[in-house]
Amino acid sequence: MAAPSVSLSLSDYTARISGRLVTNTLGQIDAAFQGLSADGPTLTLDLSGLEALDTGGAYLVVRLRRRLAAEGTEVHISGANPDQMQLIDTVSEALPKDEGQEDLPRGVKEWLEDLGEGTYQGWLSVLSLLSFLGLTLQRFLRMTLQPRRLRMPALVSQMQETGLNAVPIVALMGFLIGVVLSFQGAAQLRQFGAEVFVVDLIAISIFRELGILLTAIIVAGRSGSAFTASIGSMKVREEIDAMRTLGLDPIDVLVLPRVLALVIMLPALGFIANIAGIFGGALMSWIELGVSPGMFITRLYENTDVWHLGVGMIKAPFFAVVIGVVACWRAMQVKGSSESVGRQTTSSVVQSIFLVIALDAAFSIFFSEVGV
Amino acid sequence: MDGALTPEKAQSDVQREAVIRVRGLRTQFGTQVVHDDLNLDVWRGEVLGIVGGSGTGKSVLLRTIVGLNRPAAGSIEVLGVDVLNGPEAERRNVETRWGVAFQDGALFSSLTVLQNVMTPMREHLKLSPALMKALGELKISLVGLPPLACGKLPSELSGGMRKRAALARALALDPEIVFLDEPTAGLDPIGAAAYDDLIGELQRSLGLTVFMVTHDLDSLYAICDRIAVLAEKRVLVEGPIEDMTAVDHPWVQEYFTGPRARAAQEKSQ
Repeated sequence: MAAPSVSLSLSDYTARISGRLVTNTLGQIDAAFQGLSADGPTLTLDLSGLEALDTGGAYLVVRLRRRLAAEGTEVHISGANPDQMQLIDTVSEALPKDEGQEDLPRGVKEWLEDLGEGTYQGWLSVLSLLSFLGLTLQRFLRMTLQPRRLRMPALVSQMQETGLNAVPIVALMGFLIGVVLSFQGAAQLRQFGAEVFVVDLIAISIFRELGILLTAIIVAGRSGSAFTASIGSMKVREEIDAMRTLGLDPIDVLVLPRVLALVIMLPALGFIANIAGIFGGALMSWIELGVSPGMFITRLYENTDVWHLGVGMIKAPFFAVVIGVVACWRAMQVKGSSESVGRQTTSSVVQSIFLVIALDAAFSIFFSEVGV
Repeated sequence: MDGALTPEKAQSDVQREAVIRVRGLRTQFGTQVVHDDLNLDVWRGEVLGIVGGSGTGKSVLLRTIVGLNRPAAGSIEVLGVDVLNGPEAERRNVETRWGVAFQDGALFSSLTVLQNVMTPMREHLKLSPALMKALGELKISLVGLPPLACGKLPSELSGGMRKRAALARALALDPEIVFLDEPTAGLDPIGAAAYDDLIGELQRSLGLTVFMVTHDLDSLYAICDRIAVLAEKRVLVEGPIEDMTAVDHPWVQEYFTGPRARAAQEKSQ
């Protein structure tokens, strides 16, 4: 196919357009149309040389006619066949009367407005999260009074999905953390000849903080995102609305089993991570520092208070509630499109990890205040 | 078969230009054969309605013609280009000369309506952003959407508006052929009638060829110049709607002489 072309020539108050004035060729002629100005009171637009005209081309004609009319020049269109005239009229009718307003430059006022709006929206979402937490707790209490409301199959299947299936990754993560701590500790402690203290280092840091915190982060990424995506997709397809009309409570059916499954499984996963971490640490201490397993265990028994494990495990159910509630709450914020599911899933993971770390910090302060 | 394509009939069609020419098409999924030896011509400037029972492969035919399904055998020519085996450059060129509006719009959910309409322009045309924006707004206005709809996301529109927005995107490159899949499905009767009018009006003023898969008898009576009935894995019969009642086939008889068909016919008169 030959390159489509179009040309415009101006003489004696007559602009002659020839060739194909179609969407494909608009790029060539747009500037010529923009620059066209008639000094007289009328301008004749001669379209007799046109081979083709489409809505894009008609738009240029109509735009020219409007612009010149505003400048006081009347445009006559001649030589167009009836179909082309009809097309020009259709486009002229469809074209919005006022040209789209240009975006105004943004000043300090708009910036302040955005800031205020953002703060307000942030506050609203805090309120919304808290009310969702309240709703979930209320439904939980109702369930303890009426145990048949508990969806046993859903709970068990969620426990398998979020708990059992996560064991390999959590155990591996714990093992590697133990190995890393042991390596790093060894390098420092060897300088003082205090190799044996590596046991305290590993045990206390894993039991109190790392085991449960990193498990929570993995679970937030793994199960939290799955919760938001699955419930969010149901929201998009109006399945949640369908549930409500069938008299099923989405909190009972979808949210409670997931949150409960996490509350039950997260401590178990955390415990597995702790054990794997101790195992990894002991193995590395043996290889790297020559601390034998027997010595490691004796030292662990004698020097590490069981409270260190308790302090870590106490936090697990709280982390579980944060992850589960944030994920389900974000899922309920999904609106309309699949795009929204993706966005909410991202915020679900980011916010639950952030809140877990913030909560962990709060626990640390609390435990150091009460002195355990 | 009285409506099917015969050599004599093809002879008389010589002065008309076939923009779509399907010959000996065979489509199958695994062992399930959807079309077998299907022939179809679509003439320039007509509105062709494709009807047929559920599962007769109406949408599959549309998807095959626009290249979303690869047929097992046969040839498809669109605007004189072999879209199955022709040179890559020619096939890409043809793609800019047709527009497809899918059943539920298939608008890109992360883009606004205006951005959706501008997407094919950005891809295929070299135009200034301001001109593209103006053309996009024009297309949106042509399909009868208010200017306010430009900045909205597809999820914020009603079903009928989404269908209109999909049509605007299909028209973005000023195509010669528009494929519509169930354009009025899921619309209320008033919305469906308005959409029919819109398609008819655009078809006349833009000189479009429209290939429309539909179940809607009102649309068939209101705007279709010709109808092709899919049954028994091929185009059983094609012709103007008045001829359909004379066809001796149980499904066609039931479809075109049932109470709904009579109501639609009365309405159109």
